[in-house]
Amino acid sequence: MSHISPKSTYYTIFGILMGLTALTVFAAFHHLGVFNFPVALGIAITKATLVILFFMHAKYSSRLTKLFVGMSFFFLMILFTLTMTDYLSRGFKTYPGGAAGAGYAPPRAKPGAHEAAGEEPKEGEAAH
Amino acid sequence: MSDAAAIPADAHAHGHHPDLQHHFDSLEQQHEAATLGMWLFLVTEVLFFGGLFMAYLLYRVWYPEAWAAGSEELSIRLGGFNTVVLIGSSLTMAMAVRSAQTGYRRATVGWLLGTMALGLTFLVVKFFEYKDKFTHHHVPGYDFHIEGAHAGLAGPMEIFFSLYFTMTGLHALHMIIGFGIMSVITWMAYRGRFSTQWSTPVEMSGLYWHFVDIVWIFLFPLLYLVDRTGQ
Repeated sequence: MSHISPKSTYYTIFGILMGLTALTVFAAFHHLGVFNFPVALGIAITKATLVILFFMHAKYSSRLTKLFVGMSFFFLMILFTLTMTDYLSRGFKTYPGGAAGAGYAPPRAKPGAHEAAGEEPKEGEAAH
Repeated sequence: MSDAAAIPADAHAHGHHPDLQHHFDSLEQQHEAATLGMWLFLVTEVLFFGGLFMAYLLYRVWYPEAWAAGSEELSIRLGGFNTVVLIGSSLTMAMAVRSAQTGYRRATVGWLLGTMALGLTFLVVKFFEYKDKFTHHHVPGYDFHIEGAHAGLAGPMEIFFSLYFTMTGLHALHMIIGFGIMSVITWMAYRGRFSTQWSTPVEMSGLYWHFVDIVWIFLFPLLYLVDRTGQ
């Protein structure tokens, strides 16, 4: 009834997962600029996909089960996309010369502490 | 591996199997319902952890330097070791499920005990990592402070460590629960409760354990490997 994979499949997947773990550590020590984060995420997503498909037998599951598996990540993407769309667009100007939206800038760590690069909406910018 | 014959093949699998509940037509249907139900539970788990990953993402975008500095305080050796241990435990779990499906009772018990041993190893390493954070005052809300070059980032770094403890703590809690579930499953396997026709509890525990592994697969690069190029 349920799918039985050959042992070699499990050992192969384990080997690939170990290789990808080594790769993600290796990549973290190399300066890839803005690509460090996407590379780390890409490797993690690949590893998770292998676990889901082969260790969790999603590859051999019914179409309804596959739909449920996909659904969880679909909802996760809605959570990330809509939330980030909101937060990252709060500083956008709404009309020419208009004020930057409130709540865009994260609270400062400490006065005078050096900050992350990136534009911060200035107080009183609307007065210009 | 020689005790395959210890589990007698059920000649009346359909409708007569003792583990077929009367509201299902067949063991296949029962198995499908269990699998779907387990995955539905895992969907809620994905979204449960998803909220924390969302918080992580936003604060990382806001405080990239604090994230890099916080990450450098974590031990890649211990985190990497735990990653290998946990993926290894996923392999032993997959082998336990396979042994149960093919009716090898002793192998099932062995692989399950191996999985529990690796899970315990992970938790012991995690304990020492936490202990180290208490020693270095990196526990949010408990005399938290950062010394040296990153002292100015103490505020956002406290947020990083808050998320570190919440995410790894919830993950560890899932592992402790998984350890409890596996104790029961191992006992059931030892008593010969599973057969080639019915090993659903082992399979469902496997799905849960692999999910916990997947959470760690994301936690390791996101917490330990933010930016190591500055070293």
